[in-house]
Amino acid sequence: MSREADIGFLNSNHAAAEGALTAGVNFYAGYPITPASDLFEYLARKMPKQGGVIIQTEDEIAAINAIIGASWAGAKAMTATSGPGFSLMAESIGFAAMVEAPIVIIDDMRTGPSTGVATATGQGDVMQARWLSHGHYGIVALAPFSAQEAYDLTIKAFNIAERLRVPVVLLMDYVLVHTREKVRLKKPPEVEVWSRKKPRVPPEEYLPFKPDEDLVPPMATYGEGYRVFVESLVHDYRGYYVTRDDVYEELVKRLSDKITVNKHIVLDHVEYYTDDAEILFVAFGSTARSVLSIVRHARARGLKYGLFRPISIWPMDTDALLKAAENARKIIVVEMNYGQLFLEVDRVIKDKPVYLAPILTLDLPTPENILEVCRKWL
Amino acid sequence: MAVAKRPIIHPVDKYLRTERLPHVWCPGCGIGITLHAFMRAVKELEDEGRIDSSKILFVSGIGCTGRAAGYVNFDGAHTPHGRAIPYAMGAKLARPDLIPVVFSGDGDLVGIGGNHFIHAARRNMDVLVILVNNMIYALTGGQVAPTTPKGTYTTTTPFGNPDRPINAVKIAAAAGANYIARWAVTHPELLKNSIKKALPMEGFRLIEVVSICPEIFGRHIGFRAPIELYRRLQKVVKIRGKISPFEATYDWEKEIILGEFQVRNEPGYTRVLMEAFKHG
Ligand SMILES: Cc1ncc(C[n+]2csc(CCOP(=O)(O)OP(=O)(O)O)c2C)c(N)n1
Repeated sequence: MSREADIGFLNSNHAAAEGALTAGVNFYAGYPITPASDLFEYLARKMPKQGGVIIQTEDEIAAINAIIGASWAGAKAMTATSGPGFSLMAESIGFAAMVEAPIVIIDDMRTGPSTGVATATGQGDVMQARWLSHGHYGIVALAPFSAQEAYDLTIKAFNIAERLRVPVVLLMDYVLVHTREKVRLKKPPEVEVWSRKKPRVPPEEYLPFKPDEDLVPPMATYGEGYRVFVESLVHDYRGYYVTRDDVYEELVKRLSDKITVNKHIVLDHVEYYTDDAEILFVAFGSTARSVLSIVRHARARGLKYGLFRPISIWPMDTDALLKAAENARKIIVVEMNYGQLFLEVDRVIKDKPVYLAPILTLDLPTPENILEVCRKWL
Repeated sequence: MAVAKRPIIHPVDKYLRTERLPHVWCPGCGIGITLHAFMRAVKELEDEGRIDSSKILFVSGIGCTGRAAGYVNFDGAHTPHGRAIPYAMGAKLARPDLIPVVFSGDGDLVGIGGNHFIHAARRNMDVLVILVNNMIYALTGGQVAPTTPKGTYTTTTPFGNPDRPINAVKIAAAAGANYIARWAVTHPELLKNSIKKALPMEGFRLIEVVSICPEIFGRHIGFRAPIELYRRLQKVVKIRGKISPFEATYDWEKEIILGEFQVRNEPGYTRVLMEAFKHG
C-alpha cells in the first residue's frame, strides 16, 4: 500500500521533523545547537509553506517559554535542542508541567557534561529528562532507535502531550540523528493524530484546572472568551494561587498520576529473544543497535542472550521488564553514560544481579567495544 | 471562567477577578495606580469599540508587579521570573488576533529577563510592555535591582549600591521599539492616555512607569511614610516633550525625565513574519 512518495531516506532529525508535521506541528521556536540544528533547518523550510510559524529565539529559555505560550494559544508546539540547551530550559519544563501545556521537546543527546564534545554521541540525559526541573511533576520521555521510530515516536509524543497535557521529551542521540535510513512516512488514517480536549461548558462554568475522570482537565484556548489564567504558582481548579495543603497535594499528585492512570497510551518497549534469555541486556537508542547485534550473534552460536529495549524511558514498562527478566540469571544494562537507566533497572529487579556496562566512547560503540566491557559477566 | 458573581460597583470591576480581592500590595504601593490606569485605558477603548478585551492576553513574570496577572479578568499567565515576554510572543505568533500586554517589574523585565526585552524590541515584537519600576526587588524583600540608584542602601548592598542603574528607555530605543514612553505614578492621567494610545498600536511598545515602593524601598532609605516617598518622586520627575529617548535621563538624584520619546509605526513582527512566510 505504500507509494513511492511515502518513503523517505532521512536521518532521525529529519524523520522526527516529518513526524511532527504529520502530527500537526504549527509552532516551533528554537535556538541552534549541534546536533539538533538540522531538525530546525528542515522545519524552517517546510513549516511556513504549511501555515506554521517557526522562529529562532535569543536563547533556549525564550524558545521553551514561547512554545508554552503558543500551546495555550492553541498551537501544537515544539522545540529541539541538545544537553546544554535542555539544561537552560530547566525551569520552564516545570512550568509546562505545572500549567499542563502540551509541548514536545526533542533532546538530541551529545557528549557531556557541560559543553562536552559537541560532535560526539552520548546518553547522559536520561535522568535530566526525568528530573530536569525542581519540584515533583510528571513527564514522559520516549527513545527511538531508528529513523523510522523517530518518525513514529514524534507523532506519538504529540499525541501523548495533547491527550495528557504533559511535556513529552524525545530522547535521540548524535548517532541516530546523523544516520540516514529508509522511513515510511505513514499518514492518517494509518496513524492516529490526537488533539487536546476542549471545554464542553460555556466560559462562565469553565474551571481550567478541574480534571475529568482521566485526571486531565479540558483545555481552553486564549482568545476564545474563556479568560483563562495560566498560573505557575500552586493553584486550585480556577487557576488561583492558594496555599492550602489539600489543594497542593491534589495538584502535585495529579500532575504525576495522570500519566500513571493513562499509562496504556504511553508504555512502549521491544523485546528480542527474551522468552528463554539467560543473559538479558537492557539498552535503548543507538546503543541498542550494537547490543542487538551482540545478541543475534550469540543466538547463532546457541547462547541464550536477549535484549529488552525500552522505548518509553519515563515511565518505563517495569512489569514487562520483570517478565522479560524472569528466566535471566543476569541483567546487563548497556548505556553511554556512567549509570542512569541502570538506576531504574536496578530499582525494579530485586532478585538477581543487575550489572552496569557504561560505554564512554565518543562514537557509537561497536559490538566488540561493548563485549569487552561485559566479558566479565558472560 | 467560573467565578462567584459580585455586583459591579466600580467602573473597571468587569476587568477584575473581584473575588480575589483584597490584593497583596502594601498601602501606598504604586502598582495599583498603574493597573488602574491600564484598566481605564482598556475600558475607554472598549467603550469606543476600538478593542475587544476578550483578545487581551495579560502576561506577568514574578514579583509584586507580577501578581497583577492574577487579579485581572483577561486571558493571561503568571510565568516564571523574567519569561513573560517570550511567553507572550509565542502566544501572539500562534494566534495573531491576540493583544498581548506584558505587565511586570523592573527586575523581571530588565534584570533576569533583559535579554528577552532587548530582542523583543529588536524584532519589534507586537507587545505592549508596561514596566513598573519601583527601583527595588520588592517581593523578595528589598534587594538591589538593576534600576536601583547608585549608592542606595538595599539589603544586599548594605554599603551602598555600587552599580549604575539601567535606563530601560534607552535600551528599548537602541533596540528599535515602535513606541517608548516613561511616566510615573505621580501622573496617572498621562499614563492612562499613553496606554490608551499605545495599546492598539503594533510592534514593540514600552511604557516605563516610575513607581513607589514605600515599604520595601522607601522605608529602608529613611522615608517613614508613603507620602514622603511620593513627594520625593514628584520632585525628581520632569515632563519633557519632543526629546529623543537617548536624552531621557534616569537619575534619582538629579532628574527623571517623563514623556513620550518615540512614536513610530513600523510593521510589527507578526506581520513581518507572515509576509516573509508568504514567499516561502
Ligand atoms: C529564577 C528565579 N530567581 C529568583 C526568584 C526570586 N524572585 C522573585 S520576585 C524577584 C524580584 C522581583 O523584582 P521585580 O521584578 O522588580 O518586581 P517587584 O517585586 O519589585 O514588583 C525575585 C528575585 C524567582 N522567583 N525565580
